[in-house]
Parts: sequence; C-alpha cells; structure tokens
Amino acid sequence: MSLINYSSREINCKIVYYGCGLCGKTTNIKHIYTKVAPEAKGKLISLATELDRTLFFDFLPLDLGSIKGFKTRFHLYTVPGQVFYNASRKLILRGVDGVVFVADSQVERLEANVESMANLQDNMTEYGLNIQTIPFIIQYNKRDLPNIASVDELRGQLNKFNSPEIEAVAHQGYGVFETLKSVAKMVLKNLS
Amino acid sequence: MPVENLNVFEDDFWSINELLNQLLKNTNSLAVLLIDKAGQLITTAGDISQLDTTSFASLSAADFAATSQLAMLVGEKEFSTLFHQGEKQNIYVASIESRVMLAVIFDQRTTLGLVRVRTKQTVAELIKMFQAIFAKLEETPPPPPLSGSNFGSDFASEAESELDNLFK
Repeated sequence: MSLINYSSREINCKIVYYGCGLCGKTTNIKHIYTKVAPEAKGKLISLATELDRTLFFDFLPLDLGSIKGFKTRFHLYTVPGQVFYNASRKLILRGVDGVVFVADSQVERLEANVESMANLQDNMTEYGLNIQTIPFIIQYNKRDLPNIASVDELRGQLNKFNSPEIEAVAHQGYGVFETLKSVAKMVLKNLS
Repeated sequence: MPVENLNVFEDDFWSINELLNQLLKNTNSLAVLLIDKAGQLITTAGDISQLDTTSFASLSAADFAATSQLAMLVGEKEFSTLFHQGEKQNIYVASIESRVMLAVIFDQRTTLGLVRVRTKQTVAELIKMFQAIFAKLEETPPPPPLSGSNFGSDFASEAESELDNLFK
C-alpha cells in the first residue's frame, strides 16, 4: 500500500527483499546504502543479532526527489530469512508495494529457496496479495560461486509465473541496482 | 485481510492535523506523530526538527506489530497502547482502528496519566474520523492514485529518469 499524502504532496512506497537465510538480502541493501548519494538516502537501520544475522529487519529510506510536485520515497526492507522467524517476516510484508525475491544460487540451497518462495506466497495470501499481481522480481544471487545451479534449473523451481528475473553477485554490486530499478519502475507504473 | 487503502486527502488531512495540535497543546508534550501500520508517516505536530521521523515511523510500526503478535500469544486481540519510559523522554503509542497509530513523545513537563487520558480522547475522535474516511473510500473508490490530467504517463517517465539518476 503506497501512502499518498495529497496535502504534504508525498508518495511513499514499500519494497521488501525476501528470501531464505544468508541469501544476500541485507547485502543488497548495504550495497545500495554505500553507493547512493548521501542526500538521497536516510539512515540504514539494522535490527540484527550480534552475529550480524537479521533479527527483525533492515530498513533503508531512499529519496527519489520531487516528481510532478510529489516528493517520492522508497522504503526498502529486508526480512529475517531464517525459517523460525516467520512471525516477524509476516509483519514486514504488511503494506508492501513490491517484492524482490533473492534466491541463493548454490545447489545446496535450492530446497531452502523453494521453501522460502512457498512461505512468501503463504504470507502474502494472508494480506490478500499475490505475487502474480503485485510488482515482483526474482534475483538469482551468488552467481560467482562455483557450486551453483543453472539459471534454467532455478527458474524451473522458483519462477512458476514467469516473473522478471536478474542474475546478481550482490557482494560485488552486480545486479543490485538493476534489481531495485526494475522493481521500483514496476511500483511507480502501478501508481500512474 | 483486504488490501488497505489509505490515501490522505486535503480536507481530512487538515482536520487530523488540528486534532493532533490540540493533543500536543493539551498534554504539553514534545511531538505527536500519526503513523500507518506499514511504517509510513502520515503527519506530525510539534517540534520534530531533532527527530529522524522516517526511522521513528518504521520502528514504531515494527514495535507495535511485534507487540500485537505477543498479545495474540497470550490470548489478547491486541495491546491497544504501548509505553516506553526513558530517563528524559518517553513514548506513548496508541492504536487507531488497527490501521493507524498515534505516537506521543513527552518529557517531565507532563505526566503519563495526562498523556494517557488526553490521547484516549483524541483516539476516539480519530477513530470517528477514519471510519468516515474509510466509508467514503468504499462508497466512491478513488481513481488510480496519480491518474488524471496532471499525471499519467508523464509521471512514469519522469520517475524513471529520477531512478536512473539515483543509481548513477
């Protein structure tokens, strides 16, 4: 649910990065944070454990500037990927405008990806949402590692609805902006 | 749960702002913030110059959401208010119609009791106001948010070029 405030002329959109534990959601957000100009970004908030695993969420507000007189902002969130944090994951999805599913390309994480995708669909259904109708993109991350599944294989397991997809190496920044840009464009298109 | 729609129109916005300003004055608090449950700030009253309101809104929504889940675990529908006590400043948060929350930031110049009582009154007023807004939205569903003569495809293309600039 984007919030459009006609009086203060602001538009705020919420984008959530979803995926299994250690797939690179936080890495995506951190890369964006380091590369975006200071005037366009707010504070990066990470609610993480001492071992840097996301406990509740990471949050990064991005300011797009004024478009047609409306100050336009994106609020980027990640969810905690670990299976037992589902209650928290569900909360973060509230009011979401666009979802990025970050898939871990490593062969041994295939099952975890599939489980996380099913979990995303379950949680979205509870909010009356559907990945076929809201802006949604799949990012195949960690393409630099040796033990990865082919994109075809990942697509077969994860991309049942022919959603847009991007290959990435988030820790090096490859594919990170492309992913965000694609989902952001879809969200903005939904508004107009 | 249906998809929520909370676009704020000008008349409603000013009435809401007036209520928040009254609450601010009546409680002698520092700031009052109205936040939707997705973590987006709707409006504020008082001095927020030293406050990162975007982070505040996002964290209070998460805080409230987590607390609501805790409530369910012990068999409550919701904990309708939250109170965080600090050495100098305190935060009192109340839920409005399960879609919006009202956060009051105050210090030793007022008391929790006064904030609680006055906030309760304001929440009752805001509930009436939001019910009217939601009823209005159901009767006459708003057009796609930015359609109309000023927006349309222009908005999308301008937004796209801003996006490109952001990632240069």
